[in-house]
Amino acid sequence: MKINVKINGIKKALDVSPDEYLVETLRNNGYMSLRKGCDTGSCGMCTIHLDGEAVLSCVLISAKADGHEITTIEGVQEEAKDVAKYLVDEGVDQCGFCGTGTIMSILYLEKCVDNPTDEDILHYLRGNLCRCTGYAGQLRAIKRYLEAKNDEGSK
Amino acid sequence: MITIKEYVMPKNIDKAYEYLISKKNSMIFGGGAFIRMGSKNIALGIDLSKANLRYINEQDNEIEIGAMATFGDIERSEILKRFSGGILSIAIKDIVGIQLRNIVTLGGTVYSRYGFSDLITALLALDAKVKLYKGGVRTLEEFLENGSKSKDILEKVIISKTDGFSVFKSMRNSKGDYAILNLAISKVDGKYRIAIGARPQRAIISSQAMDFLNKNQINDKAIEKASNILASETVFGSNPRGSSKYRHEISKVLFKRAIEEVMANEN
Ligand SMILES: Cc1cc2nc3c(=O)[nH]c(=O)nc-3n(C[C@H](O)[C@H](O)[C@H](O)COP(=O)(O)OP(=O)(O)OC[C@H]3O[C@@H](n4cnc5c(N)ncnc54)[C@H](O)[C@@H]3O)c2cc1C
Repeated sequence: MKINVKINGIKKALDVSPDEYLVETLRNNGYMSLRKGCDTGSCGMCTIHLDGEAVLSCVLISAKADGHEITTIEGVQEEAKDVAKYLVDEGVDQCGFCGTGTIMSILYLEKCVDNPTDEDILHYLRGNLCRCTGYAGQLRAIKRYLEAKNDEGSK
Repeated sequence: MITIKEYVMPKNIDKAYEYLISKKNSMIFGGGAFIRMGSKNIALGIDLSKANLRYINEQDNEIEIGAMATFGDIERSEILKRFSGGILSIAIKDIVGIQLRNIVTLGGTVYSRYGFSDLITALLALDAKVKLYKGGVRTLEEFLENGSKSKDILEKVIISKTDGFSVFKSMRNSKGDYAILNLAISKVDGKYRIAIGARPQRAIISSQAMDFLNKNQINDKAIEKASNILASETVFGSNPRGSSKYRHEISKVLFKRAIEEVMANEN
């Protein structure tokens, strides 16, 4: 079946099979940032934005994306680099496998919550598992990133 | 693994139902997240995404939540945050992560009558009703008991807009894990209603404990007594998350925490 989507701002018509999941479709079309982790909706590796909402592409049947706008990390490279710098500085990016999903969730948090508390940050990041470094460093990195963004904004 | 031969996205519920009864191996798709975890050969997948069932509407006496409202919609809804202590938004906030909650739907949850469900327990305490396309309007309590006799589609859940206050509590090994037990209490017009779920069986009403609360002055002694009534009237089971004995004990704790919060809200 054919679906019409906008991926990172570019309109595309894609051929998908009825039982294809979006993570596959995107990877097959060159969006290789997407990681396949648990493949059942638990780990957060495959997080993308669909019409601006963070969703798991391993759980979404590709046909569901028809008529919608998809953002992968390839579409927000500059923002992603900013976030990644803080994650690396805090030493919370070891194997890197969870990184793209985590960054997509951080960007979603930033969009949804003004001045998030620690509780808000942990709440928005709960769906992203990291088996290398744990979460205390992530929390520090995200707070530092958001503080820096705030300082920039107030200049 | 899931295989799907044909996938359709009807524009309304009438067409969706037509599709549903047209083939033996047809299946409705809400968010599709739970279907994803199973293994099935599906002849016809019927996706409700385009059937105009994603809404949360406030009317004079009722709140209606469409089948395709996601848990994310429920969590963020200003209408539901304001309603009855925000119980529905609170009940779902620990389910996995926001990216999954932005996918899973009310319809897929309620129609499936999952025993582990947090949302169902909260809805049951609110005495919600379900509207099925063919089966009409039924109380959630009765629907949980009997389910649907034939293939049907859950269209919406209806909640009476009362001036009550409700509290939801759950016990989990860690946030994001399934509940070992969950419990919700609502108080409307001076009357308590208690629902208990993830026993691990389907959520039920704790009628004897409710009766006791509704007929007695509430003080520490009465709370203690009601917690014992609740624990002994409820049938608990065992699964890898917890034994029936453990659930029996923590039911009293969740009940006490919940009732104390309801009372604190009154003071
Ligand atoms: C990894 C994971 C972890 C979870 N953890 C929790 C948890 O901790 N607590 C909790 O409460 N829940 C949990 N859930 C369940 C989740 O909250 C939803 O209840 C569940 O996914 C069903 O919603 P869905 O939209 O995905 O349904 P789907 O997968 O689309 O459908 C499930 C079933 O319902 C049927 N269906 C769907 N919509 C309708 C409709 N409108 N009318 C009739 N039939 C319909 C489908 O045919 C299917 O049989 C979890 C789910 C996943 C995938």
